[in-house]
Amino acid sequence: MRHDFYLAWRYLRHHRTRTLILVLCLSLIAALPLGLHRVLDAGEYWMTRRAEATPLLVGARGSSVDLTLGALYFSEAGMPAIRMQEADRIAATGWADPLPIYARYRVQGQPLIGVTLDYFDFRRLAPAQGGLPAILGDCVLGADAAERLGLGPGDTLASSSGNAFDLAGTYPLKLHVTGVLAKAHSPDDHAVFVDLQTAWVIDGLGHGHSETQIPAAQADSPFGAAAVRRADAGLLSYTEITPENLGSFHFHGDPATYPISAVIALPHDARAATLLRGRYLDDKSETEIVRPLDVTHGLLQNIFRVGALFDGILLLVGAIAFLLVALVFALSLRLRQREIETIYLLGCARLAVMRLLFAEILLIALFAGAVCAAVLAAAAPYASDLARHFILS
Amino acid sequence: MIEIETLSFRYPGSGFGIALPALRIERGARVAIIGPSGAGKTTLLKLIAGILAPDAGTIRVDGVAVSALDDGARRNFRISRIGFVFQELELLDYLSVFDNIVHPYRINRVLKLDQGVRDKARELAEQTGLGDKLAALPRELSQGERQRAAVCRALLTEPGLVLADEATGNLDPANKLRTIELLIRAAGRRQATLLAVTHDHELLPLFDRVIDIRQPRAQ
Repeated sequence: MRHDFYLAWRYLRHHRTRTLILVLCLSLIAALPLGLHRVLDAGEYWMTRRAEATPLLVGARGSSVDLTLGALYFSEAGMPAIRMQEADRIAATGWADPLPIYARYRVQGQPLIGVTLDYFDFRRLAPAQGGLPAILGDCVLGADAAERLGLGPGDTLASSSGNAFDLAGTYPLKLHVTGVLAKAHSPDDHAVFVDLQTAWVIDGLGHGHSETQIPAAQADSPFGAAAVRRADAGLLSYTEITPENLGSFHFHGDPATYPISAVIALPHDARAATLLRGRYLDDKSETEIVRPLDVTHGLLQNIFRVGALFDGILLLVGAIAFLLVALVFALSLRLRQREIETIYLLGCARLAVMRLLFAEILLIALFAGAVCAAVLAAAAPYASDLARHFILS
Repeated sequence: MIEIETLSFRYPGSGFGIALPALRIERGARVAIIGPSGAGKTTLLKLIAGILAPDAGTIRVDGVAVSALDDGARRNFRISRIGFVFQELELLDYLSVFDNIVHPYRINRVLKLDQGVRDKARELAEQTGLGDKLAALPRELSQGERQRAAVCRALLTEPGLVLADEATGNLDPANKLRTIELLIRAAGRRQATLLAVTHDHELLPLFDRVIDIRQPRAQ
């Protein structure tokens, strides 16, 4: 067989363009369904792991899928807001600890998530560089978000203006990056985390006061010199919370009415979980409680149904491609009739001629397998990201 | 020695065939076979080589009744005892000159490609003026060089019988002479019998004997 493979290798090398096309075709045929399954598997693992770690989720009544995707995976689809009092209500039951999440905004394409410090403990998120947000205006970046934005501790980034065309609205808030979280291989890697109160400042619910420049006295002012403020020079393009103005920041209204997107409920035991779920059985309630694992399983079943359809299509395409490859070989054999006759006349048995051709096919299959494996290996680190992209967007 | 008795062969579904009452060629003889196109010269060589099996009669090569052997045995006999220089036996375009010369050793399990064979292939190439072309591909050779490479391939197994069918057909006069002389010299060195089909009457004086296929008797 050694000589068969040598001769086959020489033939394939001599006709390298044809060989390359065949190898690429076959490797692509194999890589597509395998790659799709890798992405689906990565998606399943990624989603299930996250859902398993989140026992119960409370949010506005409506789509449980949107609620789960928004609160757990920070999808771009917005969630209707609920009030902060929902978290207080859960805490008051004594059955579960609430973790409020506010995921209304995005900053430079990354989800801006308002949380309490307990969230970091719950998700086991620890800073790899710097520290967690300590004061208003601080933020900590997920590992991927930091890489994508090119930011680290000490840097700043401005939140997106939620109402750019509203002159009376709030300005973007300049956020101070206090740290970068260690990679968690979860949606947290892509997020920019701020304290819940900082999120409310961005929302315009809290603000500070800063002195603008006082111009020279205008004696002719009907309000008197001290009362004049020059608004044009003092107009800010963004708000920044500094040690100097931190003390002036305050909130108006009842914090219990402030918006949040969802509350992760951490029941103390199974009984507490059941009791808490019972609280939300009322269909007229504005909020609902969901088990993220149930929602995720339902969603994944739909995704796998689509995956199975893709499999069927790819199988059909693969069969057609296989027939085409067989046709190429058959035509190639006709073109090589003189060569085969020469080999036969030189004393090669008909069976040995088939052995030579088999060696060629085997080599092509091996090369295609190697290319396929290389493509899959190269794509493997992105499987999770691809799954995230396809499932969440 | 080649001995043929009451040989007859006809291609299936065709009126074309050959019939020879008797023919005897001594070992080591240099024999030219001539005759008009369609007379059956190539068919005769293929029958002697065991590529074709006769309908009737016997063919003996060095005492072995080739016509009585089964397919596998005929092939093994052909590989080990006969060297071919057929016009249709082209060099393989994807192999170097060296790989083409040793090719029979790669495709036949009865032959073993060892260092001795490799050295012999290089020696043959040197003798035929191809020493510096061993790594070249056939398309990089002249017609004469290609034919000499084919001769090297035929002689590498040191066959007792060399069959050449129009081996000089496509060559210019100088290369024709050089190739035939090469075949005669190489066959003579190994005491091998040479049977060469040719249309070139100017080459006939180089042979011991000429057989006209229309009159299968020595001239």
